[in-house]
Amino acid sequence: MHKIAAKAVDWHAVREDFPILREQAHGHPLIYFDSAATSQKPRAIIDALRRYYEHENANVHRGLHTLSSRATEAYEKSRQRVAEYVGAASADEIIFTRGTTESINLVAHAWGGKFIHEGDVILLTEMEHHSNLVPWQLLAERTGARLRFVPVRDDGTLDLEQLSSLLTPELKLFAFTHISNSLGTINPVAELCEKAHAVGALTLVDAAQSAGHLPINVQELGCDYLAFSGHKMCGPTGIGALYGRAEVLDSMPPWHGGGEMIVSVTLEKSVFKRAPHRFEAGTPNIAGAIGLAAAIDYIEQIGRPAIFEHDTQLAHYAAERLTELTGMHVLGPTGERGALVGFVMDAVHPHDLTTFADQYGLALRGGHHCNQPLMRRFGVSGTTRASFYFYNTTEEIDRMIEILHRAVRFFS
Amino acid sequence: MTTEIEELYQEVILDHSRRPRNFGELADAAVRVHGDNPACGDEIHLGVKFDAEGGLDDIKFTGHGCAISQASASLMTMKLKGKSRVEVMEMLRAFHDLVTDEISEAPKTLGDLRVMKGVRKFPQRVKCAMLAWRAVEQALEQGAGEANVSTEPE
Repeated sequence: MHKIAAKAVDWHAVREDFPILREQAHGHPLIYFDSAATSQKPRAIIDALRRYYEHENANVHRGLHTLSSRATEAYEKSRQRVAEYVGAASADEIIFTRGTTESINLVAHAWGGKFIHEGDVILLTEMEHHSNLVPWQLLAERTGARLRFVPVRDDGTLDLEQLSSLLTPELKLFAFTHISNSLGTINPVAELCEKAHAVGALTLVDAAQSAGHLPINVQELGCDYLAFSGHKMCGPTGIGALYGRAEVLDSMPPWHGGGEMIVSVTLEKSVFKRAPHRFEAGTPNIAGAIGLAAAIDYIEQIGRPAIFEHDTQLAHYAAERLTELTGMHVLGPTGERGALVGFVMDAVHPHDLTTFADQYGLALRGGHHCNQPLMRRFGVSGTTRASFYFYNTTEEIDRMIEILHRAVRFFS
Repeated sequence: MTTEIEELYQEVILDHSRRPRNFGELADAAVRVHGDNPACGDEIHLGVKFDAEGGLDDIKFTGHGCAISQASASLMTMKLKGKSRVEVMEMLRAFHDLVTDEISEAPKTLGDLRVMKGVRKFPQRVKCAMLAWRAVEQALEQGAGEANVSTEPE
């Protein structure tokens, strides 16, 4: 469904929207290949934040004055924008959070606390980021639930043959990533959701690496929850969202208590608002939400089909050119891959390589990428990752290959 | 080539990372320390044997890691063999200053270890350089048996 024909985009003009890409590092033009960690921000988002603080800043949902009305309207309009962006049926299905991690923790606490009991099974995969693993470990510890894992094959894809034996009546939730942040694997979300639903389990999709890169429609995917972060899709840090199907959200108790989430409070007890406000205690990240909506406007103006095409082309080009280097091992699938490539080199340790590359202005990421179990699965202590976004170019990848050749000569 | 990277990866360091000295199991070690840097997955397994006065009679290591951690361990074992406890602790302090302190002059007693000075320009690599030293510190403290040490205390 992300194969909708992409329109032609002037990518070099798009690149000009990002002031930070004119920076230098160690006397070289910056090559930013760490967008899977956090993306850079276009002028439009920086301006939107500034405009909010200069013209609209006030607290939301309570002041009766002009600015509070403006802030409330902008905040709730942002929620509507996020709902449209992921294809939710209603803005009430969107909860603003600090990001993917908090979104997943919200589900683990509010839903897990009520519905998960001893003996229940939560199914994950071996390729989950720690943010979609540790919250479930904590929940399992609290409740006596068990965790099960879909294995990853050598080619970086999920072993779906093993899945059927894991789909048991004890299964209550299947939580998995859309795109692996280390391997670049794109998982078949709709198929996985359908299989989990067939045994009565709910599904949670970690969309941290996909939300800014390809079209997402939660109703078509059929997921019950979808979590993502604003800062990986041109938005500010500290803002993200949790989509939850209305019926599921309505069944959940609050997790944080405080202002904004109540209807009435006595000294003894409180009555809570409905979703989504039930899950947003305290003053929210208003500017962040407005920044996220601005990021969505910006991305939609380019178009996600075009972005996906551009990003995966870069990833394929990089994966192909990397094989020119001797002692090079590229991880992940040979077929469709997300906007990143992880690799291991015989001659150079990832930390030496990233330190070396940085001296040439090239920002790579070395280490375990919050994927320690996956690193163990592939028998490595860490990898080097180059991750791309629509502002990157093939010329930058050519430059990376030159720098890697230099590194091999230097360290061999 | 920029000077900072050449200063960090001096030829001596690259040589020790490619062909680490005192690399292997120490069969009759009195104490074995397993050191790890969970931030990057690097590991060192250090075996130490003491002389009658408690000094370092022999020291060997195995493990895997970046060029900085491997070279640091190799250079350290060469330097510390035959040193008394007091000398080892003095050396540990001096080496820590060498890789962290922008101002201090490297004391001459550090000898070859002074090639690690470039690390001070790369704060995120200090733990790589210190891993072997944390292990030897733990070995002295423990005295016998097995011990673990990590760059990220729990």
